[in-house]
Amino acid sequence: MISIYEPWPWYVSGPLIALVMFLLLMVGKNFGMSSNLRTLCTICGAGNTSGFFKFDWKTQKWNLVVILGAVIGGYIGVHFLSSDLIVAIHPDTVTDLKALGFQSAGSAYLPSKLFEISALTNIKSLLILSIGGMLVGFGARYAGGCTSGHAISGLSNLQLPSLIAVIGFFIGGLTMIHLIFPLIF
Amino acid sequence: MRTIIYLFIGILFGITMFKSEAASWFRIYEMFKFESFHMYGIIGTALAVGLVVVQLIKRYKINSFYGEPIIFMSKERSIARYLIGGIIFGLGWALAGACPGPMFTLAGAGYAPILVVIVASLLGTFLYGLLKDQLPH
Repeated sequence: MISIYEPWPWYVSGPLIALVMFLLLMVGKNFGMSSNLRTLCTICGAGNTSGFFKFDWKTQKWNLVVILGAVIGGYIGVHFLSSDLIVAIHPDTVTDLKALGFQSAGSAYLPSKLFEISALTNIKSLLILSIGGMLVGFGARYAGGCTSGHAISGLSNLQLPSLIAVIGFFIGGLTMIHLIFPLIF
Repeated sequence: MRTIIYLFIGILFGITMFKSEAASWFRIYEMFKFESFHMYGIIGTALAVGLVVVQLIKRYKINSFYGEPIIFMSKERSIARYLIGGIIFGLGWALAGACPGPMFTLAGAGYAPILVVIVASLLGTFLYGLLKDQLPH
């Protein structure tokens, strides 16, 4: 019997993600997280500069509530459902990462040099976090969806555009880790 | 009432993202290194179950809990926007190690620097809105 305090295996987690999509469909909505970023831009007044942000954001309020739930879920996960916060990645991955300077690999949930408070005063860490975030926001909207909208919702509905997007996600991710990481770390 | 349901679904999603470690930067790196089955197992089983669910809903015209038909929107046909947008997204996903769902989960888990990623992703979205008409779609 696996304890819920341990990391959840993929064969539990994957079906739970499908359950989330199913529940959203059954309440007449859909599973797609990145559209919240557009909604938040609209709330911040982006509609004054681009027609792309001119829409009634109140129609998307439900999705903001979902994302608020995702925040609360993170709090519950870390405070009430975890005995330790170590991600047991493959030993070869640990070796690779240590060679790149990620000393916390294999002994933390996130790399300390990017996600500890001290990262906020480190120029390189800040650049990595902000460039990464910009690319995610820009790319998700350009592609019309992210991992949830394309890889799960879109592919479940046999959408060819989603397959193209997911292939793109992998081309981008592989390029970053195999070609760009050796240059920046 | 409906708001509580959305919140509950979101909490389920957030806990799943955190406990599955899909919100871990390390897992994303490992996935792109092909050194573990973990992330492929998560996405693969989510997709396999999701596929059956969606096809059953369509085949049997199952209505929502509120008795309304469930509508699936077809995505616009294009290659450029999905491929180029997808590549840009993938570059960021691997660098920041978080996609638009888990980044909020990590904020709730108390990792303050993820707020930089969230604000930057809003800027990226805003930039797309400004440049949209100049980009190939």
